[in-house]
Amino acid sequence: MSNESFFLDEEEIPFAEGQTIIQAALSAGKYIPHLCYHPEFKPHGSCKLCTVRIDSRTITTEDGQTVKIPGRAAASCTTPAQAGQHVESETDELRDLRRTLVQMLLVEGNHYCPSCEKSGKCMLQGLAYDLGVMDPHFPQYFSKREVDASHADILLDFNRCILCELCVRASAEMDKKNVFSLSGRGNTKHLICNSESGMLGDTNLAATDKAANVCPVGVILHKRHGFEVPYGQRRFDKAPISDNAVQYAPVKEQV
Amino acid sequence: MMHQFELETAQNPGALKRIVIEPVSRVEGHGKVTILLDDDNKVHQVRLHIVEFRGFEKFIEGRPYWEVPVLVQRLCGICPVSHHLAASKAMDMIVGAAQLTPTAEKIRRLMHYGQMLQSHALHFFHLSSPDLLFGFDSDVAKRNIVGVAAANPDVAKKGVLLRKFGQEVIRVTSGKRVHGTGSVPGGVNKSLTAEERGYLLKDADQMVAWSRDAVTIIKQLHMANPALYDSFGAVPSTMMSLIGADGELDFYHGALRARDVTGEVMFDQVSYQGYNTLLTEGVKPWSYMKFPYITALGDEKGWYKVGPLARIQNCDRIPTPQAEEERVQFMAYGGSKPMHGSLGFHWARMIEMLCAAETIKELLVDPDIMGADIVTRGPRAEEGIGVIEAPRGTLFHHYRVDENDVVTYANLIVSTTNNNTAMNVAVRDVAKNYLTGHEVTEGLLNHIEVAIRCFDPCLSCATHAIGKMPLEVSLVNADGVEIDRMVKSESGEITK
Repeated sequence: MSNESFFLDEEEIPFAEGQTIIQAALSAGKYIPHLCYHPEFKPHGSCKLCTVRIDSRTITTEDGQTVKIPGRAAASCTTPAQAGQHVESETDELRDLRRTLVQMLLVEGNHYCPSCEKSGKCMLQGLAYDLGVMDPHFPQYFSKREVDASHADILLDFNRCILCELCVRASAEMDKKNVFSLSGRGNTKHLICNSESGMLGDTNLAATDKAANVCPVGVILHKRHGFEVPYGQRRFDKAPISDNAVQYAPVKEQV
Repeated sequence: MMHQFELETAQNPGALKRIVIEPVSRVEGHGKVTILLDDDNKVHQVRLHIVEFRGFEKFIEGRPYWEVPVLVQRLCGICPVSHHLAASKAMDMIVGAAQLTPTAEKIRRLMHYGQMLQSHALHFFHLSSPDLLFGFDSDVAKRNIVGVAAANPDVAKKGVLLRKFGQEVIRVTSGKRVHGTGSVPGGVNKSLTAEERGYLLKDADQMVAWSRDAVTIIKQLHMANPALYDSFGAVPSTMMSLIGADGELDFYHGALRARDVTGEVMFDQVSYQGYNTLLTEGVKPWSYMKFPYITALGDEKGWYKVGPLARIQNCDRIPTPQAEEERVQFMAYGGSKPMHGSLGFHWARMIEMLCAAETIKELLVDPDIMGADIVTRGPRAEEGIGVIEAPRGTLFHHYRVDENDVVTYANLIVSTTNNNTAMNVAVRDVAKNYLTGHEVTEGLLNHIEVAIRCFDPCLSCATHAIGKMPLEVSLVNADGVEIDRMVKSESGEITK
């Protein structure tokens, strides 16, 4: 650990060389919302939930008015921490931005929390609660997406995919299987399976693979298991997603 | 005795005056009643229309089976536990859980009887007591639960607290008062802690006493005005319900029994696994709700009623002592004849509420409810049928699940749907007897709603089908003359 530090919402945060802003913040117990970031995988920078502002300035105009010049916006999961920089995360502007991003994700897929096995332990739902999402705000897409139930042990419910690519990265980097990928562009971008038929059942995914256990939402589900954890005992029933930020820190920092 | 088709369709509707009651109030869901009268206010046509459209049977298809008990309960906000448990019973068959563990079955029963208590309390005190206590044509401004609270604060308070207790039983067993997740295929996801048991047990005696008081209220009302209570909205019909193995009242499990209009047993201990040959779901072009009937008797004679009035008169006994005392009195009142007056539903319903309160107390002192063995599994099956006695009557859930664990077929016959013909007959009986020749007033029209409320219909639950319902849309000009019409047949074909 170096002796260098930066400031996050005016609080001094130490960091090690090579750490990103989010890694240093989470290690120090400061939560920054995120979906595609995962401590075990390379940063992805796609969901933009972890966007922060860096080095905003305050100037005084000729007529004596104080004006804030916003710093640059950056994904904190891909931006290296630098000594002395001032980072803003918990501002009204950034909370509004994050809430809007979550609302867009909620209307883009078909997220029916009441009957989703991941309810109570879903990071998208947890963030929605944490950011005060009270309604979808935007019109629902009502995308038509099928369930892939062809695998003996794992079910894919594409309705809930947020394109975070955690399963893609887990399968490629950790499982060395390349079971998943994203295909298409823009509105047509979607998760696909690496088999000739395109069905999960024809891939070599195993239920014990990291890719089968990393989904932050309710896409990759273990078959024949549902609602086994009672209300009140689910992950985010006990504490909100923003609680105990260090749980999301790089593993070596959690010790 | 009124024929079931009498007053269903007028010969010359264009020449008649039309009265519409919309929405029917103090029921769950949205329905309307249309009445066609001639210039002498003679009734020619009365229909209870169900104007909601849901679609659950269709969008359950393609979903994984373990999700269904949680998904399908969203049919209803008043008795979701019934759907939660009926679907769970069907899925028990899918996962091969032929016999649940004692803990799992008793937790489910506790949840279900809590549901019965809260739903019956809601219906009697909040929805129906204003009519019964103040009169059907009393001041409409006071004919509501607020009026009851002002005039009879003790009655209103008991009603509110009885319902609250039932909801707390549901919360403790399923995690939430409404739409919990306690029941899973093959069992439950939790049993009770000692603290939870103690929390409920401390009020259990009070709930039994208050439920007994409620039976006394409706019994006295009935006996004070037998001319009204015995005949209003009379629906002489077959009665069907689940029955326990020894003929006892059982809301959670059993086999089907039906008695004919005179009370003679028509069939008994018939497994509900054969429901789809025993029953046929008829359709009519003017309602989203189906009209089931006993197949062997045909649609004209095969219709029946379900719910409290059928259950109390179908069973041989009630397993709890106080409710059994009340059942004996109820049966003695009718003498050798079954009670078919629709207001009899309320008396029967309160006896059931007392049974539910007593059963909850019995279950709470049973050590099995704190057991740890909560789930069981067996050989996988591809078809499951679960049936339960919901507050409003017999509820059928039927699913097929493919080898990939996905639902390929769903069929639901909801309690209120079973009562569709009976409700229409009751409404026509009341319209014929009370409206004919009179100037129509709000109070008179409320008589129609009182008849519907007796059945405690849940119209949201009952309109879940998609793709099977014939539809008819008419464009009518200001003079009542039809100028355009589109018809969708049962096969989905649309013609003009």
